[in-house]
Amino acid sequence: MAIRERLSGNEAVAIAIRQINPDVMPAFPITPSTEIPQYFSSYIANGKADTVFIPVESEHSAMSAAIGASAAGARTLTATSSCGMALMWELLYVAASNRLPIAMALVNRALSGPININCDHSDVMGARDAGWLQIFAENNQEAYDNFVQAYRIAEHKDVRLPIMICQDGFITSHAVENIELIEDDKVKAFVGEYEPEDYLLKDGEPFHVGPYAVSNYYMEAKRAQAEGMKNAKQVILEVAKEFEAMTGRSYGFFEEYRLEDADYAIVIMGSAAGTAKDAVDKLRAQGIKAGLLKVRVFRPFPAEEIAKALTHVKVLACMDRTESFNNECGPLGAEVKSALFDAGCAPKVINYVYGLGGRDVTVESITSVYEELIKIDETKETGAKYRYLSVRED
Amino acid sequence: MKDLIEIRWHGRGGQGAKTAALLLADVAFGTGKYVQGFPEYGPERMGAPITAYNRISDKAIRVHSNIYNPDYVVVVDDSLLDDVDVTKGLKKEGAIVINTEKAKEEIIPKLKGYEGKVYVIDARKVSIAALGKYFPNTPMLASIVKVSGIMEEELFLKEMQHSFEHKFASKPEVIEGNMKALRMALSELA
Amino acid sequence: MKTDVSKINESISWQKLTVGCTVTGSKTSEAFNTGEWRVDTPKFIEEKCKQCLMCVPVCPDSSIPVQDKKRLDFDFDHCKGCGICAAVCPFGAIEMRKGEK
Repeated sequence: MAIRERLSGNEAVAIAIRQINPDVMPAFPITPSTEIPQYFSSYIANGKADTVFIPVESEHSAMSAAIGASAAGARTLTATSSCGMALMWELLYVAASNRLPIAMALVNRALSGPININCDHSDVMGARDAGWLQIFAENNQEAYDNFVQAYRIAEHKDVRLPIMICQDGFITSHAVENIELIEDDKVKAFVGEYEPEDYLLKDGEPFHVGPYAVSNYYMEAKRAQAEGMKNAKQVILEVAKEFEAMTGRSYGFFEEYRLEDADYAIVIMGSAAGTAKDAVDKLRAQGIKAGLLKVRVFRPFPAEEIAKALTHVKVLACMDRTESFNNECGPLGAEVKSALFDAGCAPKVINYVYGLGGRDVTVESITSVYEELIKIDETKETGAKYRYLSVRED
Repeated sequence: MKDLIEIRWHGRGGQGAKTAALLLADVAFGTGKYVQGFPEYGPERMGAPITAYNRISDKAIRVHSNIYNPDYVVVVDDSLLDDVDVTKGLKKEGAIVINTEKAKEEIIPKLKGYEGKVYVIDARKVSIAALGKYFPNTPMLASIVKVSGIMEEELFLKEMQHSFEHKFASKPEVIEGNMKALRMALSELA
Repeated sequence: MKTDVSKINESISWQKLTVGCTVTGSKTSEAFNTGEWRVDTPKFIEEKCKQCLMCVPVCPDSSIPVQDKKRLDFDFDHCKGCGICAAVCPFGAIEMRKGEK
């Protein structure tokens, strides 16, 4: 029997970590992810987990220690947000290229400036090319479920890549909501033990990690790394299938909500997707064929699958919770448009920047996006393709 | 009860409005509801006006926005009435509950012509009498439960007893005072 | 399993690299003959040598093997001919031969 609970997103992830009981967690506190190491270190102090917690002096050290621990053969994780992740920058690439399956509980927050502690996706989107798997959650339940699935994906022998499990800062990390937890023993059995083939502390077998690769090897090394990301697609689906058999909760690369026959659709990630579903229902009640596609897996990017799901849409909005400063679109918009181009199908696409620095996303503001899509369809005039939602302007 | 009840809390940093919103989510959860309890976060400064929210529903809640048209508003500190538009967007079929020593008649003129029901409670008096200290949380929680009818009073008291027993397991002496504050608030609300 | 470094060279495909370019096993650099880089070659003059062994720790390429507390002739598979050993030898027991392999 699932355990009916009410928890904030941070508490839920801390519980998932306790249930998994990894070997090492180096972490440095930063709002809004601070509660994760805080709750989890209290579990350790109370004897509910025997993870080695390393209170490091910076995020650079946190990721460095995580890399060392993971290379040594330990199941490793950390938690961070925003500027904290930015300080890990070079190490993110080191972790990925050394194929170390480290898990990161990333609580998304705006990356300065002006200084802001609230949610947007500028932290994670900046690291989208670092070689980490990136999975997003709409609510506390998904953040928890994604974390339970994380190591199965990251540690798979065909993948061997670090993974970011993202949730929206404050909006889900600090909101108490209903959740169904899985029993400890079931989580343990699902995640299993970490048994890497080779690791630094393996008795009697010297092992060398992090070599220098000259030009004659570097491209081959990167191509091999890309293969891990490619293989991850199949593994993500397999793990999701097993997870569904255990919990009844179904996950894929993305969720389609009333999209099947939609004329007007948005592509969106994170907590705003839930708000958008309510907007879709209201529009549907008025006879408007609205739908949405919520991206769960951003890395690897399921381009073909997304394009296929959107072929029939007349006008589409790509919703980016970050700026890309290319004067054209955000990162999600760029990936979706490129996928549609390759698939040879071309709904009209409008790109929106929304929700920066915690700007509230409401049913009304999302509804206004659909209204603009309808207007484009009716007037056949696209107008500005790159727009800001809920911004004050003259 | 309606399908969905939305509540907005106004308080000052350090008064426990956030904690009260989380406690309300807790007790409503205890009666089988779907709940949300969340504060509006910013720099945390003692004394600055803060807002917290609750959604309580029989169905799963998907919306993750703040609440702009609440069914109920709780004001934990009446000094906020001069600084904050506490009745903004408040439904007139709803109600506002204010912690104040003043009489309702004195308070109503500050509510910008709000047409719905107005309730007042002297949470300081209740808290000092029951606990010997000023914790406006508990009396305000009881007040909003009574006003909103989210649950039967008896069920609420039972849930809270249970919750306090859990929360104050190491200092059971405060349980009785807190329960007394709840009961007093339920009867003193005007 | 020990990585067969002899199979890792500049003509292999990306599929043949180890995951993360890790290398299992010890002393794998032995297979890498840095001796090919040598321009000048040290000559060990055994009769002048007092076996003080000062040359051994200064060699950057561990190319002076020691057996039974006595140094042997150079390991020319790995000696790059840097000449540090000749510079530290107090007895003139190592001579650098210019341009000699």
